Amino acid sequence: MGKTQPDRKGHFGIFGGRYASETLMPALLELEKAYAEAAKDEIFQTELRYYLKQYAGRETPLYFAERLTEELGGAKLYLKREDLNHTGSHKINNTLGQALLAKRMGKKHVIAETGAGQHGVATATVAALFGMSCRIFMGEEDMSRQAPNVFRMKILGAEVVPVTSGTKTLKDAMNEAMRQWVTHVRDTYYVIGTTAGPHPYPMMVRNFQSVIGREAKRQILRREARLPDYLIACVGGGSNAMGLFYPFRNERDVKLIGVEAAGMGLRTGKHAASITAGKIGVLHGNRTYLLQDKDGQVNDAYSLAAGLDYPGVGPEHSFFQTSGRASYVTITDQEAIAAFNLLSRLEGIIPALESSHALAYAIKIAPKLRRNEVVIVNLSGRGDKDAEVIARMMEA
Amino acid sequence: MGRIADKFHQLRKDSEKALVVYITAGDPDLLATEEIILSLERAGADIIEVGVPFSDPTADGPIIQAAAQRALRSGTNLRSILAMIKRVRQLSQIPIVLFGYYNPIHSFGQQAFATEAMKAGVDGILVVDLPPEEAQELRTYTDCLGLEFITLVAPTTDDQRVKDITKNAGGFVYYVSITGVTGTSRPSPQSIRKDVERIRRATNLPVVVGFGITDAAQAYDISRLSDGVVIGSALVRTIADCRQRHELAKKAVAYIKGIKKKMSES
Repeated sequence: MGKTQPDRKGHFGIFGGRYASETLMPALLELEKAYAEAAKDEIFQTELRYYLKQYAGRETPLYFAERLTEELGGAKLYLKREDLNHTGSHKINNTLGQALLAKRMGKKHVIAETGAGQHGVATATVAALFGMSCRIFMGEEDMSRQAPNVFRMKILGAEVVPVTSGTKTLKDAMNEAMRQWVTHVRDTYYVIGTTAGPHPYPMMVRNFQSVIGREAKRQILRREARLPDYLIACVGGGSNAMGLFYPFRNERDVKLIGVEAAGMGLRTGKHAASITAGKIGVLHGNRTYLLQDKDGQVNDAYSLAAGLDYPGVGPEHSFFQTSGRASYVTITDQEAIAAFNLLSRLEGIIPALESSHALAYAIKIAPKLRRNEVVIVNLSGRGDKDAEVIARMMEA
Repeated sequence: MGRIADKFHQLRKDSEKALVVYITAGDPDLLATEEIILSLERAGADIIEVGVPFSDPTADGPIIQAAAQRALRSGTNLRSILAMIKRVRQLSQIPIVLFGYYNPIHSFGQQAFATEAMKAGVDGILVVDLPPEEAQELRTYTDCLGLEFITLVAPTTDDQRVKDITKNAGGFVYYVSITGVTGTSRPSPQSIRKDVERIRRATNLPVVVGFGITDAAQAYDISRLSDGVVIGSALVRTIADCRQRHELAKKAVAYIKGIKKKMSES
């Protein structure tokens, strides 16, 4: 068994770290210390558990998708129902944790970036709950394709700031949030939504999301009296995947599969498959696989799923890839849409387009697996937000 | 001594303060940059910071972001910037500092970058998102070739950290006078005075102040409190606003001359 990751400076093997400007370094060191203390504090943990249960509605079910399993005629498919959390995705697990931390640190303002809007909504929600002001940075392009989430954030009292630089998507929203944080670093807490960013974010977000995997492990042992054969989750920045994978990392017989967005196809260049098609580089405070050109300029990512539309990936996924602990595959827009439709019709569950990528891969491999094999798919969010995008695709 | 140390030595002898000038390389193209650098030297700039454009400049405000976009559109990359500096070096001994983000260097390869930068005649490097904690993998190659590793100190940096950061720093200390991105707000002289004193207690390196200095009066005031000032966004904006390509160098010279003149008043 390898040593605990990350190391003291936030490195997962050669990945991760803390590549930030000097103005932010003291804030990152302060955050690291505050988080380390909170993680050990039983009162903090009790409070977090209270909100996860009473407010977010945990635990979420591990649902046996019987009709889908029958249809595919192979492995047993279980869905970890993170879509049933308050706000409709796994993002609340992390924002509750970070908001409690912000409160503990005496910060009055929170900021966040968002792609699909799920993290923005989850942040606006906890800001309302704990009485903090909230400003969300969102790419203009994403604001138009995820309009319902923009309204939700506004209803919750957050200010949504449109980001017009670059591709007007998640990467640019993150750039702008970092600029905002540098400018208001003394009284503002930056709630990063995924397992990326400078240390301690990748580790901290992983730990807050690990509740997914801890529950799933307990639930599957109860249902099947054994560990699953496969865990499958979509990977943009990678927080829902890491949350599911991490508690299973030492169970060597459980195969971990991260599904990246192949968009219109890897060959078209219009995709978001950082691990599959990227090179190692440094962006947003950490070293990881990145979509970039030969000069080290970051390329635009593309996916129909706004939440996967990011040219980097959490550093621990890059580490899992190189260490061989997890494998990473890709699913196109079209395959994800087919999975979206299939689950909606067979099980009456409308999955987020992001989660549909994980589902699509499960649908691909399940028929080839034996009937006694067990697959858990992380259904990280619900798909109501995507209805409009799908409707437009159906008309076209 | 290297060119940077020589320059500060000379300035001290003449009782003058350093005027450090930042421009984004390749905005609007590298030929213009070359011409502007040589003109800036004649206008009284003491040190040139050559900005390496990056697609995601998280420490920069809108002015330098836009300049980086223009530079990238004109096809600028690290290799062509180093070639441009090499040409400048044939004609000028002005100290040159490369200023940018880590990924273009990471992509170039640390060792290759160090060798090529040294050969081109670069004197120092300032990598905004490479704090001392992560800098060793680059400095392994740059230190031994005499490239000065210049570090930033911010208003949020506490005394212990100032000491740790400056212990192994080279060239000069770049004091970021505001908590914010480049060219967005004006620093207050009171806080600069206090912080420069704080830095001076920790190191003997010259302290240069930047990130928000736009006019001659402000440059004058701040240079009284430090060893020099950096002019960046304000000049980049002057370059951006100039519609006539052949006027670029002239406009830049007029702007920098005005500042230098004020700074030289006693």
